[in-house]
Amino acid sequence: MRRLNPKILLILAVVLAAVANVFSSSINPYYYDILITIGINIILAVSLNLVIGYTGQFSLGHAGFMAVGAYFSAWVTLNFGFVLGATVPATTTVYVLALASGGLVAAATGLLVGVPSLRLRGDYLAIVTLGFSEIIKGVIQNAEPLGAQRGLGGIVQHTDIFWTFTGVALAVYGILALVHSTYGSGFLAVRDDEIAAEAMGINTTKYKVLAFVIGAFFAGLAGGLYAHFKQFIHPEGFNFLKSVDIVVMVILGGMGSTAGVCLAAVILTILPELLRAVSDYPWLPEPVRNLADNRMILYSVLLIVLMLNRPQGLFGKLNFGSRKS
Amino acid sequence: MQTPQILRVLALAASVSIPVFSAMAEGEIPVGEFASLTGASASFGQSSHKGTELAVEQINAAGGVLGKKIRLITEDDQSQAGQPATIVRKLISQDKVVAILGEVASSKSLEAAPICQQNKIPMISPASTNPKVTEVGDYIFRVCFIDPFQGTVMSKFARGKGWKKIAVLTDVKQDYSVGLAEFFVKDILANGGEIVREQKYSTGDKDFKPQLTSIKAAQPDAIFVPGYYGEVSLIAKQAKLLGIKVPLLGGDGWVGDSLLKVAGKSLDGSFFSSHFSASDKAEKVQNFVSKFKAKYGEVPDDMAALGYDSAMILADAMRRAGTTESAALRDAIAGTKGFDAVTGMITLDANRNASKSAVILSIGNGGFEFVESVQP
Repeated sequence: MRRLNPKILLILAVVLAAVANVFSSSINPYYYDILITIGINIILAVSLNLVIGYTGQFSLGHAGFMAVGAYFSAWVTLNFGFVLGATVPATTTVYVLALASGGLVAAATGLLVGVPSLRLRGDYLAIVTLGFSEIIKGVIQNAEPLGAQRGLGGIVQHTDIFWTFTGVALAVYGILALVHSTYGSGFLAVRDDEIAAEAMGINTTKYKVLAFVIGAFFAGLAGGLYAHFKQFIHPEGFNFLKSVDIVVMVILGGMGSTAGVCLAAVILTILPELLRAVSDYPWLPEPVRNLADNRMILYSVLLIVLMLNRPQGLFGKLNFGSRKS
Repeated sequence: MQTPQILRVLALAASVSIPVFSAMAEGEIPVGEFASLTGASASFGQSSHKGTELAVEQINAAGGVLGKKIRLITEDDQSQAGQPATIVRKLISQDKVVAILGEVASSKSLEAAPICQQNKIPMISPASTNPKVTEVGDYIFRVCFIDPFQGTVMSKFARGKGWKKIAVLTDVKQDYSVGLAEFFVKDILANGGEIVREQKYSTGDKDFKPQLTSIKAAQPDAIFVPGYYGEVSLIAKQAKLLGIKVPLLGGDGWVGDSLLKVAGKSLDGSFFSSHFSASDKAEKVQNFVSKFKAKYGEVPDDMAALGYDSAMILADAMRRAGTTESAALRDAIAGTKGFDAVTGMITLDANRNASKSAVILSIGNGGFEFVESVQP
């Protein structure tokens, strides 16, 4: 099958996001909120997939990098939001710079975390990354200029469908292009057999750190989008549970399957919201409707069912463009 | 590839996602509530929700407001940041609520407030004490007092007892504690009292003997410890061990299950300020307590009382406004004056904060005892 040039797909996706953005005012604000959350979760899940799925390094600290991006970009727009003037192009420029710098600072943090901790493997690495994300949270909780334990508010809403899904397109395209390149095969080699990869002359540490840094960059970008959508960020929003949420998306989607991970991010964002309305569905039996008060139980049950049915992930190893990786 | 299974999942998702337009019954006023019904702060959220639910039930039983019944739509935010914004958008755009009640935690209220403000939907927080919450805009209200007020209440109480030499032990990690201490010290000094020693600790500390030894040497009449129950119970225990006999004073952060379990008898004779006391003999309070007990089989706590009051104040404002139109309703809530609520006489000030009395509770015989109400 002749495949479309991925670059054309990337441009198409951005154009589509721009077109969808025109209609954003006619979308119900609740659905709009869910839509943006889906986009942000896709970026988070796809970037963590590079670390866990493609490179085989288990990380429990993704929310920490998201926090760095969220706080740094919010700090930039709060302090320099109107440096270039109050016109739309000027504030948009600052916003884009804030997103980019948020991502870069998160990437730098990723480097800082990655270099010492990637000597470890498996469970040990998971614990170290968890520790680092807790440190990041702890630093923010004590940083007075960032609102400390009160949270940081007053952030101007700037994130819309266009910027979110441009971010999604960049993350998906960037990571797919990377792992499918000749250079990117190194990630898979590290995952499949680290010793063999080393024997073939692959610098495994470099690949692991690179995966960490790129993953952290996109997590930081997602954090920036999040901060400029919700307008208020709090250290507790980037806790261990948030990291676990992202890990669940990657595992449910199928480690190393970008398409599956995207779908999992969509499903896991929509599912809890759908369950809110369970008590309104007249065709459901009474006991199930009563469960609506405990919708998180229902959510967990559905997760278990999904996991039992699709232990290899929603799509298995299938990917965009159906090339097996 | 097992396509059928994926299709089944997708089909399920699709069938559920067909929007259900819950028929809005004529003659109902939709009011939204968001609370932490699950997750880390679920005990607070459950309490305030029960109070709100009871209030709405009573309002409707008495014929509702403006000839209509109030329909309370409650959504759970799982104690998770990021959720309140989504939920409040849902309540406003999908359920078309005329007002929103919530949340207990200030961080959740701060997330929801900008959205309520942008949509010009009045929001009443039952128990967010952080001053920043109502600063978000003129549609945001609260029915509890703010942190600085409690500091002043305790200093008034201490002065009334004739205690002149006071020591202060502050949790520097908590804004709450620092805020209470600041206003306490200011009021004591302004009225001829003396702060004989100021000591600090951090949330999570276990050993307070160095600070307490220093405080003991200063021979205070009382020690103000505006922290949370976890540390306070340990402080009380260690103070007893060091032979400190003077009473400890504190704020509503003391209220917690484990306070007396850990502190045992070492807190006997100490005092703290709070929003509400179920042992207050006032008729209004006893009425509420017995109704609450009948419905839920438990004694209501502060959060339940505040949740109850938030709904009652909203209903009162609707009656006075004569409409549920947002600007008129906002003005009516802002005009709340001397409302006789279970947590005291509530008047909303120009900053949309409740100006009201606090209650002082004493500790003894393994429980809390109502001492007095202190007016602002």
